[in-house]
Amino acid sequence: MNKLLAAALLSLAACPVLAQLSIEITGAGANRIPIAIAPFAGEAALPQGITAVMRADLERSGLFRALEVPPLLPQPSEASSVNYAEWKSRLADALVLGSVAARTDGRFEVRFRLYDVVKQASIGGVAYTMSRDQLRATAHRIADYVYEKLTGEKGVFSTKIAYVVKRGARFELQVADADGANEQAMLVSNEPIISPAWSPNGKRIAYVSFQNKKPIVYVQDVEVPKQNVVANFKGSNSAPAWAPDGSKLAVALSRDGNSQIYLINPDGSNPRRLSSSGGIDTEPNFSSDGQWLYFTSDRGGSPQIYRMPAAGGEAQRVTFEGSYNVSPRVSPDGKSLAYIMRNGGKFQAALLDLNTRQVQVLTDSEFDESPSFAPNGRQILLATVIGGRGVLSAVSSDGRVKQRLTLSAGDVREPAWGPLVH
Amino acid sequence: MRILWAVLIASLLAACAGTQSTDSQPPAAVEDRGVGKPAAAQPVETRPIGGVELIGRPAAGAAALKDPNNILSKRSVFYDFDKYDVKDEYKPMIEAHARYLRENGATRMLIQGNTDERGSREYNIALGQRRSESVKRMLLLLGGREDQVEAVSLGEEKPRAAGANEEAWAQNRRSDMLYPGEY
Repeated sequence: MNKLLAAALLSLAACPVLAQLSIEITGAGANRIPIAIAPFAGEAALPQGITAVMRADLERSGLFRALEVPPLLPQPSEASSVNYAEWKSRLADALVLGSVAARTDGRFEVRFRLYDVVKQASIGGVAYTMSRDQLRATAHRIADYVYEKLTGEKGVFSTKIAYVVKRGARFELQVADADGANEQAMLVSNEPIISPAWSPNGKRIAYVSFQNKKPIVYVQDVEVPKQNVVANFKGSNSAPAWAPDGSKLAVALSRDGNSQIYLINPDGSNPRRLSSSGGIDTEPNFSSDGQWLYFTSDRGGSPQIYRMPAAGGEAQRVTFEGSYNVSPRVSPDGKSLAYIMRNGGKFQAALLDLNTRQVQVLTDSEFDESPSFAPNGRQILLATVIGGRGVLSAVSSDGRVKQRLTLSAGDVREPAWGPLVH
Repeated sequence: MRILWAVLIASLLAACAGTQSTDSQPPAAVEDRGVGKPAAAQPVETRPIGGVELIGRPAAGAAALKDPNNILSKRSVFYDFDKYDVKDEYKPMIEAHARYLRENGATRMLIQGNTDERGSREYNIALGQRRSESVKRMLLLLGGREDQVEAVSLGEEKPRAAGANEEAWAQNRRSDMLYPGEY
């Protein structure tokens, strides 16, 4: 109880922007690495704890189990000698020790070291200098370091997500940290906003806004509150997707009749038609090597996923099972494809292995939409509906780890996971 | 309130700009790294700015458009699930509007296609477009001009009827023919 109260006070004191999304873990992986993260020596001097944020990050990944660490006296730091036998008896496979020291300039120095308890060896450590408002960012960096050292994959705790919130008649395009903290509105409108897409460098977001009574594609700098029109042709303009090098976007335009796929520069110049079918072509998505464009088309009579060379050329059908397969997103490693399939009356996220052609249904939801891969490919963020309300959910690409991100009020939808930025 | 926050955040960020990595040697050999600064910007507030490309004046016979006894007051075409073909029952209404466009050459029409809420938002934009395009094609065949008519899609984004049931969904699978001042 004391702990809860302290945490509540700390979070009130620390954060200039209140965290809006709350995350609940609804399923976890089978073999999680038990890790002990001791409170950093001197951490109590900070307005908000660092190790609590690290623990939450690692737990949320579904790959770690953060062990309870009782108060230790004297408080160990990265400079202490490690009693491996003691940590082994606490069933820890990995251990993080660290310290926080106030600097004369008002900033703080945070140091930590990561240990392999089984091998009884140090794995490495880092020192950061941070200001008060960089507490969470620093904690995410440390969690990323630990995650990468212990799993061999990049951590995504320092990344951002974008999503759309509908509150009554109001639509907000929001950007937040991957754990839902530091939510910031990029755009508010009384008309719908859909399909946010991060530029590969994480600096800009393309999206579709209906503020002029029809869908128009805009690009906006995350840090500059100014809309730039990319595609506003006769008819509908939608479904923006960035090429991996950021030099162009694929969009769906209906300027020549039905929705077809075009390439266009981010400043709106040089639109050129890429697909030409008699029916609907939409939802383009580049493979991460930039070679292929996956898209949805009803050219075969029902909506299915196809791919074509990004330079243009003949399309090949990719999905065959079922009568409604939409919203293709290629995994960062190019080996699998997440999409939404209609399964009976339900719309569920599925993963197609592009080599073996195996399909795995990832959720048991009824209204999944808009899948978005984490930049390390480990998780897929989705929009879904629970109890009549729009929420975000994240599912690991093996379908095992599930989380739900909810908002205290309003519908959340249209998630887009931002890139790794350094 | 939100703007106040944004200003507050921006000033807080300004105060901590110029963060750099430490230069002293740690007791344990650890790498030195800086921490990036979080972003902060004020959101854009959008304001509608009237019709996009479709600014026209009300036509001479405009009263007929609002007369409930005139077929011109009927504007909506309804569809079956995942379908976009115009059923025969709507053809007299579309013929009447084609005649109206012919007789009022200066007027303009916006056709908005809509879908029910099921399935992909983007696919529904494309499906709603197919619906509005099918109405537009009939109007053009019947003598309306290309520069008089724009077909767009609202997808599932602007439902007329709320509710997750077939009754609401049937209301929302729809194209609306709108004249200047009506959208």
